[in-house]
Amino acid sequence: MDTLERLEAHSVHILREAYREFKSLVMLWSIGKDSTVLLWLTRKAFFGHVPFPLMHIDTGFKIPEMIAYRDRIAREWGLDLIVGQNTAALEAKQTFPDGALTRVECCKALKSEALKHTLSGEWPRRRLNPATGEFEWEATREAFSGVIVGARADEEGSRSKERYFSARDRQSEWDVGDQPPELWKQYKTDFAPGTHVRIHPLLDWTELNIWEYIERESIPIIPLYFDRGGGTRYRSLGCLPCTGCVKSPACNVADIVEELRTGRFANVAERSGRAQDQEDGGGLETLRRGGYM
Amino acid sequence: MNPMNPTTDEQQLSIVMAGHVDHGKSTVIGRLLVEAGALPQGRLEQVRETCRRNSKPFEYAFLLDALKDEQSQGITIDAARCFFRTAKRRYILIDAPGHIEFLKNMITGASRAEAALLVIDAKEGIRENTKRHGYMLSMLGLRQVSVLVNKMDLVGYDETGFRRIRAEYEAFLGHLGIRPVSFIPVSGMQGANIAARSPETPWYDGPTVLEQIDAFQRREFPESLPFRLPVQDVYKFTARGDDRRIVTGTIETGTIRAGDAVVFQPSGKTSTVKSIEVFNRPPRDTAAAGEAPGFTLTTQIYIRPGEWMVKAGEPPLKTATRFRANLFWMGRDPMVRGKTYKLKLGATRSPVKLVEVLAVLDATELSTVAGKQQVDRHDVAECVLETPKPVAFDLVTDLETTGRLVIVDHHEIAAAGIVLAAVESAESTLQEHVRAREIAWKPSAIAAAERARAYGHGAKFVVFSGPADGAADAHARALEQALFDRGFKAYYVGMESLERGLDADLGEDARDDRIRRLGELARILTGSGQIFITSLSGADADDLRILGQLNHPNEILTVSVGGDEPSAPATSLRLDPAGDIGAGIARVGELLKARHVILDYVI
Repeated sequence: MDTLERLEAHSVHILREAYREFKSLVMLWSIGKDSTVLLWLTRKAFFGHVPFPLMHIDTGFKIPEMIAYRDRIAREWGLDLIVGQNTAALEAKQTFPDGALTRVECCKALKSEALKHTLSGEWPRRRLNPATGEFEWEATREAFSGVIVGARADEEGSRSKERYFSARDRQSEWDVGDQPPELWKQYKTDFAPGTHVRIHPLLDWTELNIWEYIERESIPIIPLYFDRGGGTRYRSLGCLPCTGCVKSPACNVADIVEELRTGRFANVAERSGRAQDQEDGGGLETLRRGGYM
Repeated sequence: MNPMNPTTDEQQLSIVMAGHVDHGKSTVIGRLLVEAGALPQGRLEQVRETCRRNSKPFEYAFLLDALKDEQSQGITIDAARCFFRTAKRRYILIDAPGHIEFLKNMITGASRAEAALLVIDAKEGIRENTKRHGYMLSMLGLRQVSVLVNKMDLVGYDETGFRRIRAEYEAFLGHLGIRPVSFIPVSGMQGANIAARSPETPWYDGPTVLEQIDAFQRREFPESLPFRLPVQDVYKFTARGDDRRIVTGTIETGTIRAGDAVVFQPSGKTSTVKSIEVFNRPPRDTAAAGEAPGFTLTTQIYIRPGEWMVKAGEPPLKTATRFRANLFWMGRDPMVRGKTYKLKLGATRSPVKLVEVLAVLDATELSTVAGKQQVDRHDVAECVLETPKPVAFDLVTDLETTGRLVIVDHHEIAAAGIVLAAVESAESTLQEHVRAREIAWKPSAIAAAERARAYGHGAKFVVFSGPADGAADAHARALEQALFDRGFKAYYVGMESLERGLDADLGEDARDDRIRRLGELARILTGSGQIFITSLSGADADDLRILGQLNHPNEILTVSVGGDEPSAPATSLRLDPAGDIGAGIARVGELLKARHVILDYVI
């Protein structure tokens, strides 16, 4: 087995373990390359089926093409898609683009808070009706205790301290220093009521692995990652006001694989286009302790 | 070259750095990165300059600290791992903290590695965690260990001292069955024998550290061993017309082909592999260790997640309810007798109890502490464990990976362990429990025979089992009605009726506890002279055996309605689920008559 086959088998194993052990399971789908690979691996693990709902937190500031792509794939693959949003903050204009918050505060409000309350079912959420292809407000909102996330260890420092199955307490807080051991494909699948577990099937994948796998499997990927004439492309996707492009002529998957293999971005972090990471030094670790994915 | 972005053609190897706190792991890592050319340009000089300005002696450990904040500089370093590459391949270096408080992290890191570098301070020699880490590596099954005797510059590159440490640690590891691939005299600070052979150690002719890591071998998946598939799940997704019933799991060892005859353990059910399924590819002919495909079978048999699929004709796993295991306990509370824990072994999940502590090993001295009744945090213990039903496993000496287990306490993995042997048991803890219960039971002044005379029939516990299709349930209710109509004291209670009452405190996955309570309830009701009837879906032979034992000293009669247990000696009668219920009940009546529960029976 080559590296991609090994990574694939391990991720599939983790996904099946999550499905076996968690009654109320959900997968976060950010529309980006990592969580789209995760979605593809889910279809691998379950032989074409996606046996749990997907959740997207729509900040209201996402690059518009992302929403269009999301809805198209969801309808094509018959996905059970749930969408959550911090509508209160948006209506009150308590955001960074409105000038009311810093970037990190805005992330916390529109992503961390929205996610927490959407997962717990406290806030209203919309769900795609597979019969009509339209979103409907959910009448009864299940609280999810297992959350599958596409985080990769090489992406950013704090993520390398993650376990494959990582417990969060009631406040979604993460105790980095005192995590249970994980060995021999045995994970933390038991948890006290009121806590939830995040599951990271992509922990061992690198950015290059992701693109090589997209190439090998011909996974449909949002074209925002490609240069479409301007000599720039997105390397990491987020909200329009806080996500920058990188200079790159890569206009298809093969180009990106080649670009990464040759080490063009050797000295540039993958998330360097994400402005919130720079704002307060260890921005992302601070956000992650508070529940950011 | 960029350490973050390997090509997939390129090999990747994970190495764990272990050793006692302050023995210089960070220095060795820092030096290794410098020598492997993995640092951003000018970074080393910059840190040296900072040290000079602050009048601090330069240390490579500072370099690591400085790099931790530098994700944007293209190198990933953090408390846990760093990436670098040599001309041969890419490496992930996993740093295992040397402090005992971080043993859980050390174990997590080491279990992800394929080789280990264990650092010993030449001046301090072998210390507590040097030994403990050695023990952990052995238990985790890491066989490629290279020992770096560090800080050689502080002992004048003394060969005698190096040889003394080598002899002592070799002897220690020898007890654990580890033969280190090399002992290397190094100085992280001076760079001796890291990348280049040091002129200070002309007496040393082994590899440098960089040569050694390039010589480590990548773990291959053991295809030549017997086939072992822990059944992780069985899927029957019906969406979009999918009618496949798929057995899934990640193959631990061996290979399999479509058409191979298979046996499931511990149930003993047999079938044949019809197809090997994967998503977006046509079905395949073969699958091998490391892969995670799905299997369809030629026959419809009821398989539970947690069983093992093995090939007929190959050596099977052992099955037992008692086994001897070595455990390393990390739990907050000690492991004690009488408490129920959760066992995870392969895909198996089972309640488990500590029966006996045979020996507690002081991991640092490898000496035995006698007479301990419990297993404390950081103890290594050889003990006897018991599960209520047989579990299947390989002995770690036969097949290493399928003899590994963990134990869960307080929702967390509290122990890692390896199975040493199956244990024949004279009396299970269940039998002990029943014996103790009956001794404590205050007998009624009315003898069972007197009661039977008064009621016109004897007492009995009648259990109908079968798939969850309602047939067993329908038969059970029909029997209650038929017996009642004859004037007998018969009473039906199904498991679901207990859910919000007797079993209200039990969680969803507490099936074994619910069965136990049902058995206790049966003991009470049969003691009252009644014919107590119940139905159980998906019951296996062990469930029926356990119910029979709990109902002791009263009698049980088990009726299978379409169940597929291949060898259920506990089953007294088998009925066709599609057959006429009245005719089936008449057969149960015949049996009750034959057993002298009822004297006459006509429907």
